[in-house]
Amino acid sequence: SSWWSHVEMGPPDPILGVTEAFKRDTNSKKMNLGVGAYRDDNGKPYVLNCVRKAEAMIASKKMDKEYLPIGGLADFTRASAELALGENSEVIKSGRFVTVQGISGTGSLRIGANFLQRFFKPSRDVYLPKPSWGNHTPIFRDAGMQLQAYRYYDPKTCSLDFSGAMDDISKIPEKSIILLHACAHNPTGVDPRQEQWKELAATVKKRNLLVYFDMAYQGFASGDINRDAWAVRHFIDQGINIILSQSFAKNMGLYGERAGAFTVICKDAEEAKRVESQLKILIRPMYSNPPVNGARIASMILNTPDLRKEWLVEVKGMADRIISMRNQLVSNLKKEGSSHNWQHITDQIGMFCFTGLKPEQVERLMKEFSIYMTKDGRISVAGVSSGNVAYLAHAIHQVTK
Amino acid sequence: AYRTDEGQPWVLPVVKKVEQLIANDNSLNHEYLPILGLPEFRANASRIALGDDSPAIKENRVGSVQSLGGTGALRIGAEFLRRWYNGNNNTATPVYVSAPSWENHNSVFMDAGFKDIRTYHYWDAAKRGLDLQGLLNDMENAPESSIFILHACAHNPTGTDPSPEQWKQIAAVMKRRSLFPFFDSAYQGFASGSLDKDAWAVRFFVSEGFELFCAQSFSKNFGLYNERVGNLTVVGKDADNVQRVLSQMEKIVRTTWSNPPSQGARIVATTLSSPQLFDEWYGNVKTMADRVLLMRSELRSRLEALGTPGTWNHITEQIGMFSFTGLNPKQVEYMVKEKHIYLMASGRINMCGLTTKNLDYVAKSIHEAVTKIQ
Repeated sequence: SSWWSHVEMGPPDPILGVTEAFKRDTNSKKMNLGVGAYRDDNGKPYVLNCVRKAEAMIASKKMDKEYLPIGGLADFTRASAELALGENSEVIKSGRFVTVQGISGTGSLRIGANFLQRFFKPSRDVYLPKPSWGNHTPIFRDAGMQLQAYRYYDPKTCSLDFSGAMDDISKIPEKSIILLHACAHNPTGVDPRQEQWKELAATVKKRNLLVYFDMAYQGFASGDINRDAWAVRHFIDQGINIILSQSFAKNMGLYGERAGAFTVICKDAEEAKRVESQLKILIRPMYSNPPVNGARIASMILNTPDLRKEWLVEVKGMADRIISMRNQLVSNLKKEGSSHNWQHITDQIGMFCFTGLKPEQVERLMKEFSIYMTKDGRISVAGVSSGNVAYLAHAIHQVTK
Repeated sequence: AYRTDEGQPWVLPVVKKVEQLIANDNSLNHEYLPILGLPEFRANASRIALGDDSPAIKENRVGSVQSLGGTGALRIGAEFLRRWYNGNNNTATPVYVSAPSWENHNSVFMDAGFKDIRTYHYWDAAKRGLDLQGLLNDMENAPESSIFILHACAHNPTGTDPSPEQWKQIAAVMKRRSLFPFFDSAYQGFASGSLDKDAWAVRFFVSEGFELFCAQSFSKNFGLYNERVGNLTVVGKDADNVQRVLSQMEKIVRTTWSNPPSQGARIVATTLSSPQLFDEWYGNVKTMADRVLLMRSELRSRLEALGTPGTWNHITEQIGMFSFTGLNPKQVEYMVKEKHIYLMASGRINMCGLTTKNLDYVAKSIHEAVTKIQ
């Protein structure tokens, strides 16, 4: 007999599971629009030139492999904070923040979630937008928090339900936690406009909510790192001491190197020191200290002026290609003769697009056309290329006409 | 961390070579690994722990989860056990940690949600060795299904391991009392210079039919400390059980780090799957192990030559990076303050800190501490 007889088979991970099903498909026209990893116009993974250069520089320095501090590589965490907050941020100057290296976005979110569970006394409730990234819920749940939701996406218009969001948020109990996607909302691609962000900030401030920003696409959304960080910086300017999770998986293409950061903005530098000590106590029994490779690459890029310049060009290049694919998808759908309004495809921003397709239609796309996406109709636009956008438009038209 | 005879960190020559191979391989990119990690790494890592001819591997009842170092492997294992072992979400299952142990063991299991973490007798300070009887008594008296964290080799911090005969006795009690073995293997190869010898205990338990976990670290034996390379090896009754266990571990990984870092796993996988690179690695490992063994024997012989009061055979009988010298806190204070030799209040020294240049000084200092301070 086994200790594990009663252990149930876990369901396949919905997002990464899509890739696995795709891999098994033998159709030559297959398209993987599941996981959010950037592809170039040939459908290939793209290793940024600035990353290759950074790697070569790192290799030439012949560094040792001694453990990083628990909080990670200091040059990396400092540069991450500056990237998010802006170099002239008063927060940076006063030192009233702590940034620790995290295992990409997931690891950073989890550190934050654990920190909230242990130290945020007023509430267990984390309010997520409806919908949110599928992994947000289990991350917070496993950390011991409870999940609530606020209206966000309007399926009728495939855009932001701003009045619904404002209505719900204005009713959130004081001192609850609200999670906001800083830019390129995942999975919908629907972001508030700056005017709407201003109203959100005012409401959130009035309700005295703890704001948790998830920024996984800085630079990758609009092509402009400052524009993509606008909401984060605006909230801080309004005196809201946010907490923030960053990922360098997409904007630097460092996916498997797991480069990320978690930041807490504090009252003052002394509070930041105390918070830092507690974050380290949380990290140590999870994995002791973080992996060096991705952080070193990101740090080299952010801290070397030539590489940083090159990176900004490359990240804009990725963003521009995605925007171009959105445009081509819509024009191809029109060419197919679709009578539906596909404007949301170009209104939305970032890696993902909420097509509005229903589960049955998604199923047909998979079975009849070997086009793979998550059940909610989310496509990764990065998986679209000039070579397959017509096929995609054709297939979508077939299942929606 | 390991240090050379010049007191410097050491990036293994085979690691440098493999990193170059990886850098020159244009087919490689930075894409996400699967949630459970790089398949070639996982299979090779578990093979190293269990042996090429492991019946468990042949019978397809071994699973592996690439983890962030040994700590990450321990944590995933602990989170799984808390959810699925001995009932569902049974946080009351006692977890036994050796006295003393690596202090992070306690925190890992506590943060995984276990409420009842206890110690089992291990170090006998009076005789400077293993308190086997105390250990076995604790196992006899432990509630059935209790979890025991066992150090596979090179016990941290005492350097004192059970002998094969003693392991047999431990296994017999654990089997009879239905206790769960969770091995922590951070020094395979690094301890004795032999991978097989250092894995003897784990393999013995497997041959005795136990279901067990083994958290492996490649930090020391590959010198890959900051790349965070670890593996949780799961040995189950059959393939079906292992498959279900892994599917649940996947869910745990997904909310902890989503998928593991690729660089270190690639280095290890490339090395272990090439016979030539494997031999080079083995040579590098032996270099490290031999230097530590040499420092042990040199320190002991100097102390005996000086006629330092007490017995010093434990220095060479202990194994691995650490040694419990037997110095008391006052003597340690003397070492630190008067001789500027830094060691833990427990009397634990890191053997890697010894070099041919400082052996005489350290031996003389220990001699002074022991003769001057009681």
